[in-house]
Amino acid sequence: MTTGVLLQITQTGLALLLAPLLMGWVNICRAWLQGRSAPPLLQPYYTLQKLFHKDAVLAHDATRLFRFAPYLIFACMVLAAGIVPTLANDLPFSPAADVIALVGLFALARVFQALAAMDIGTAFGSLGARREMLVSFLAEPALLMVFFTASFISQSTELPHIVDRLAHQEFALYPSLAFAAVAFWMVSTAENARIPVDNPSTHLELTMIHEAMILEYSARHLALIEWAVALKLFTYSALGIALFLPWGIAAAGDLNALPLALLALVLKLALGGAALALLETINAKMRLFRAPEFLGTAFLLAVLGMLVHFLLEV
Amino acid sequence: MEIYWLLGIPLAGGLYLALWGNRTHAPEINAAFSLATLIAAGTLTARIVDEGPMLAGGDGWFFIDAFNVFLVALTAFVAFTTALFSRPYMRIEQDHGRLSAARLRLYHASYQIFIGTMLLALTTNNMGILWVAMEGATLATVLLVSLYRTPAALEAAWKYFILCGVGIALALFGTILLYFAAEKVLGAGGGALLWTHLNGVKAQLEPVVLQLAFVFLLVGYGTKVGLVPLHNWLPDAHAEGPTPISAVLSGLLLNVALYAVMRSKVLVDGALGVHSLAGNLMMGFGLLSVVVAALLIKRQTDVKRMFAYSSIEHMGLITFAFGMGGPVASFAALLHMTLHSLTKSAIFFAVGHATQKAGTQVMDDIRGLIKTNPTIGWGLMLGTVAILGVPPFGVFASEFLIITNAMHQHPWATPFLLAALGVAFASMFGKVQPMVFGETGLPRLPHQPALAPVFIHLALVLMLGLFIPAYLADWYRQAASLLGG
Amino acid sequence: MSLTYHLQVVNLLAAVLLLIAFAMLSQRRIVGLITLFAWQGTALAASTIIVAWSTAQHHLYYSAALTLALKVVVMPWYFFRLVRKLDVDRDVEPMINIPTTMLIGIALVIFAFNLALPIAQMAGTVTRSTLGIALASVLLAFLMMITRSKAIPQVIGFLAMENGLFFAATSATYGMPLVVELGVALDVLVAVFVLGIFFFHIRETFDSMDLKHMERLREK
Repeated sequence: MTTGVLLQITQTGLALLLAPLLMGWVNICRAWLQGRSAPPLLQPYYTLQKLFHKDAVLAHDATRLFRFAPYLIFACMVLAAGIVPTLANDLPFSPAADVIALVGLFALARVFQALAAMDIGTAFGSLGARREMLVSFLAEPALLMVFFTASFISQSTELPHIVDRLAHQEFALYPSLAFAAVAFWMVSTAENARIPVDNPSTHLELTMIHEAMILEYSARHLALIEWAVALKLFTYSALGIALFLPWGIAAAGDLNALPLALLALVLKLALGGAALALLETINAKMRLFRAPEFLGTAFLLAVLGMLVHFLLEV
Repeated sequence: MEIYWLLGIPLAGGLYLALWGNRTHAPEINAAFSLATLIAAGTLTARIVDEGPMLAGGDGWFFIDAFNVFLVALTAFVAFTTALFSRPYMRIEQDHGRLSAARLRLYHASYQIFIGTMLLALTTNNMGILWVAMEGATLATVLLVSLYRTPAALEAAWKYFILCGVGIALALFGTILLYFAAEKVLGAGGGALLWTHLNGVKAQLEPVVLQLAFVFLLVGYGTKVGLVPLHNWLPDAHAEGPTPISAVLSGLLLNVALYAVMRSKVLVDGALGVHSLAGNLMMGFGLLSVVVAALLIKRQTDVKRMFAYSSIEHMGLITFAFGMGGPVASFAALLHMTLHSLTKSAIFFAVGHATQKAGTQVMDDIRGLIKTNPTIGWGLMLGTVAILGVPPFGVFASEFLIITNAMHQHPWATPFLLAALGVAFASMFGKVQPMVFGETGLPRLPHQPALAPVFIHLALVLMLGLFIPAYLADWYRQAASLLGG
Repeated sequence: MSLTYHLQVVNLLAAVLLLIAFAMLSQRRIVGLITLFAWQGTALAASTIIVAWSTAQHHLYYSAALTLALKVVVMPWYFFRLVRKLDVDRDVEPMINIPTTMLIGIALVIFAFNLALPIAQMAGTVTRSTLGIALASVLLAFLMMITRSKAIPQVIGFLAMENGLFFAATSATYGMPLVVELGVALDVLVAVFVLGIFFFHIRETFDSMDLKHMERLREK
């Protein structure tokens, strides 16, 4: 039990620490691919540190909700990052690691983000909130479908079970997961405000979604939100790994496998980050009104994956 | 042996004409090759009549029985007369500047290859090769339909290619399913697609699979037969291609496609019992084609389009008759196939000359053929009368047989058939009559066209209407019984 | 699931084939379409090789080689050349918007799976369950063909249909007899070249490859 708690704390702490690193790594890769000189790997940490040391400036009309939202969003993301199996599979929080609960957690964070953005009543805030709701309204069902497809294989919506089934039992190729993986990539670009749905590095009023919502934040509030963004990317990466490349995650009660699991995790994250940077480089950001089509495609692919599962794998 | 000659001659002809087809005597060479093919077909027919069905080549790659040998003879015959007709016709087109020598070379080479692929489709014993040959026949004619390179001709050829391509792809799926069913009984390998082998074990084939296979085969090859609602390519291709091609498309290709359907139907009937899905589907498609085509005839302004719709109508009728099954209906369908081929190609010959003289295919602009050119006028009139089923022409006999048989077996269908035939009669006769007898200001033409093929065909049709020679009747009866009559 | 690994790979490739069929449906550019077509050919050849290897059906190697040569090398190359020569690579708006097309596509897939299910249960071959995917690919290619108004996408649709059929033949029956396969390949090859000639004619006459110009022939 104690080891379990310890492991749980380690895993969550690791997520908190690794998340900005992953962000920094993606930025480096992107800079390399685009032929720019790269920022230092630890740049996100410096930014966070700088932001935490500043004095917060709040808008006149900001209510308590506005101040409260960053903490809530951050908490949601920490919880999410904590329950997705990254290192080991049997943790005290494992029973909570249900994919539907996870989608709920993300939705909760998003709702508060949108509410906070509208709270101060600037034009950009509500614009961003509206766009965010449009995108997420389409992304969520697609994400759920991806999870359902994956859960059909293991007959469970709990992540530890899914991982256990995929990684620790007889190896098998699941064609349906090929569809789910493509759909998952499409959804996660939308959810994490990455290219081609959103561009995290611009503040262009015509196109921005996520950035428009956090324009009014500063100092520690902004730091928490940035950290939450990094955590969200980390969580999605971990989810992708757990669903599609789960090999290496330590099985229940197998402490000796932990160092290997850590190594595997770092390697997979490094590769995943590089792949993300590559995809962001070769794709162009699409017009906002193409986003529904993009996400609709993701949804259809996930449905297709489910159909293929019934045809080929039953 | 004859079989190799039969297939080799058109192939050699195609090669020869592709290489040296721009010489001035190319049309004569084309006719000569067609004549040689006809002779080969004649000897083959004589042998089958003498010795009965035969297998030839390797493991029985070719199979000739009463059903296909009569189509082989018909194909070779019409191909020959069309070559005769096309000789002066295409020369005049060239003189009018509508075609260059290079295109004539393409035309002649494709013509021979087209005939060759049709004969291959008819004689092969392998359902897969049958498919390949049908696709080959489409490809050989795509560039023929677009020969004039006018926007309309290109559009027609495109439609022809795409629609028939899709159709034929579905037929391939049907063939795959057929092989899939056969493989379990006959084992893998080339033997499992041989029709004779399949026919031997047809009762053991999996009915569910065969049913599905037949749907695909019917839709696939049915596109080529021109069955409504898959007929869209047919009027365009007939109207925009050169007239000799319209004649062979209508007279021959549609028959060959229907032949492919019938070969499949025999197998499906074997697996499912005679009064099965296959027959009902064919009756449905056939009846729909007859009715829709008859209604559309009335709205045509282009003479070749009108006769193309008439072809759809008649193919529908034949399909319907085959679908009914039974010895009488099958006999009548086979007879009607022959008569329709002969009559329709004769009509297209006459129409070809008429439109060439008038310089237009619009019926309202063609008037008084009987005055300007009596031979063409009479040819067109007699042909139209024959195809409309006026006694004593043979079409009357076959249509009469089909309708009486329908009354007997499926009384509900007869009103539709009779009404459609009536509508077709009224509208077609009403349109052709002024073309032939109407007033015209044009002077009488100085020279007469050579219309021997028209009158040979019509004479044959008339003869088959008055009496069917005993051996021919016997032959049809044999073929009808092969089709599960 | 107790399938051996190579059959799982075949299944995976089947899924990839279907995925590519969908990608084609949503692809707007002709060059992208040609690339996808080449990938589809590659997946097809790979699956054929695996089936050939696992079942020791040697004639399938030939058809795999044929697929690789024709559908991955010759035809895409020829199409790229055509596109360059005719200068037709622009965004093409399909006749029905893409999301609707995709929805119809899903419906077709469900239909195809349903149709293939009873047959697949009967098939003696180990790769039988891919029959439904093959049928779905055929129908999707057909859908692409009828929703595009340009000539080259239509032909690619036609060829993709052929790919699906080929896949049906390998997956359900371990391939048709070689003679038939050769014949089919020959026909396809001839078709493509006839069409190449034909494209130039269309281009000459209409000064464009858009088939919307070709709507003169219809019933009044």
